[in-house]
Amino acid sequence: MNAGYLVNKVRRYLIVAKKHGLIFRIIVYLLMIGIGFVFVYPLLIMLAESMKDVYDIVNPLVKWIPTKIYFSNFIRAWNVLGGFDVLLTSSFYMLLIAACQTISSALIGYGFAKFSFKFKRVLFFLVICTFIIPDQVTFMPKYLMFKSYGMLRTIFPFLVPALFGQDIRNTIFILIFYQFFKMIPKSLDEAAQIDGAGFVKIFAGINLPLAIPAIVVVFVFSFVWHWNETYLADLYFETAIRTFPLTLQRFTEYFAKLYPVSESANPLLRLNESVRMAGTLLCIVPLVILYAFLERYLIESLDKVGITGE
Amino acid sequence: MSLRTKEQLIGLGFVSPWIIGFIVFMIYPIFNTILYSFSEVRFLLNAVQTTFVGFFNYTDVLLKDPDFKLALPQYFMQLLLFVPMVVIFSLMLSLLLNSKLKGRSFFRALFFLPVIIMSGPVVDNLKSMNAITLQGLFNFPVYKFIAQYLPSFVSVPILYVFNNAVLILWHTGVQTLIFLSALQKIDRSMFEASMVDGASSWQQFWKLTLPVLRPFIFLNIIYTVMDVSMSTLNPIIVQIKLAMFNIRKGFGFAAAASWIYFIIILFAVMLAYLLFGREKE
Repeated sequence: MNAGYLVNKVRRYLIVAKKHGLIFRIIVYLLMIGIGFVFVYPLLIMLAESMKDVYDIVNPLVKWIPTKIYFSNFIRAWNVLGGFDVLLTSSFYMLLIAACQTISSALIGYGFAKFSFKFKRVLFFLVICTFIIPDQVTFMPKYLMFKSYGMLRTIFPFLVPALFGQDIRNTIFILIFYQFFKMIPKSLDEAAQIDGAGFVKIFAGINLPLAIPAIVVVFVFSFVWHWNETYLADLYFETAIRTFPLTLQRFTEYFAKLYPVSESANPLLRLNESVRMAGTLLCIVPLVILYAFLERYLIESLDKVGITGE
Repeated sequence: MSLRTKEQLIGLGFVSPWIIGFIVFMIYPIFNTILYSFSEVRFLLNAVQTTFVGFFNYTDVLLKDPDFKLALPQYFMQLLLFVPMVVIFSLMLSLLLNSKLKGRSFFRALFFLPVIIMSGPVVDNLKSMNAITLQGLFNFPVYKFIAQYLPSFVSVPILYVFNNAVLILWHTGVQTLIFLSALQKIDRSMFEASMVDGASSWQQFWKLTLPVLRPFIFLNIIYTVMDVSMSTLNPIIVQIKLAMFNIRKGFGFAAAASWIYFIIILFAVMLAYLLFGREKE
């Protein structure tokens, strides 16, 4: 009798209690840890690989843990990427573009969310449609246009479309602001209107301060996606503006420039996988640091923005 | 001026940057690319000369060009296997994250990290290191069993997941968050009521959760299709860019290729709409 009671109790503890059963929890944890490992697996490989020197690379016994920690890969990769100079200038440019994109998206989203005007539905439909038009369909004439205005090799090919809400992934940003401004009650605006506030004041004084989560999300994503963009950037910037990802794309070329082949007598100085991995790692480190600071705020904001709304 | 017209004007004022931008950076280029795709484009000193050649560029892309013959099947493979896998995995991840567990926010942050760090060259370098596939898996007997004994329509998708595990997961960030916040908005009382009626969690998932998520599945398919199609590593867009500055191919060829590409994307989006986009009666 006692044993039956015990079995029953154990059974209840392990299985029955839904969402709190021990077995269920263990399975979920194992799954999460397993999947989490797959997520970080490339980063671990990168880290392990980037600390190997030449002897470790050719040594078949060394897979994960290098025989000694070897930092010279990082130093060389950092120099090839262009160091703080490139980091600061490109960040500054990207911040500028992101600011423009945020401002214009806020204005456009606000216009769609709070006002009714003729053809609004048509225009809004077109905004959504632009999301599925690939850049390839429009970028050849745009390229010629920017070329004829002498805007190539500057940031204007990104900056100007950003000002007009036509930059990369702009639909998403407009929708985020649209969604957010829709959630702010209209009675707030009406109250301010009765108090005699003009439309500029209602927008800048009442709606914008409330929309800070949306502003953060859009600004950060605009910055990050421009930072990571190489397809158009390569076309527009040519070699005049360097970013880390663009340099990484032509790593061999830049490496050869900085460390000419004549030194190839010493195998330590040649370009190898480890230097390349160190470069890849350095390329994402600034983003990871940014993410570490902003993660909590960013995901909270994403929740508030209600990206699920549409 | 009445209050209504004033409001209309202010609204249009706010939206006007987009309208101007749309005309200059969307309508005008689209018409030009259509023109290019039907002509041979030559660059003179300060003008662009186009000679009408009919569908020559299109047939060139589809029938003659060896690079596109290779790139097109690769892209179809991505659409047919990669996109569904990303959506399925992001649904699974969001269900996992939705269970009330300790360390949930840590995993959520971890699963979202790739959205921030992923860029073409980074993934490219990881690919060259074989860091995208889990190498240990190939030695497992299960892997060999699947590869040898199962019919190909079962084994191909499973092996595809094994081979691209990291890439698939790395593409799930935004989609997982979208599913997650949709899940959190589901009415709790619905579940409680169904539990009283004796529904198992398996039934709850199919009868309650999935119908609620339906529009978000559609949204996520569209997002994933575009994410994959705009990725710097996409075989077709790489070819389009190369064709632009290729002496034999040129702008006309590239324009035709990009229109064919757009039509494929459009079909994918329409298919997603037919499957998940319409409201069920």
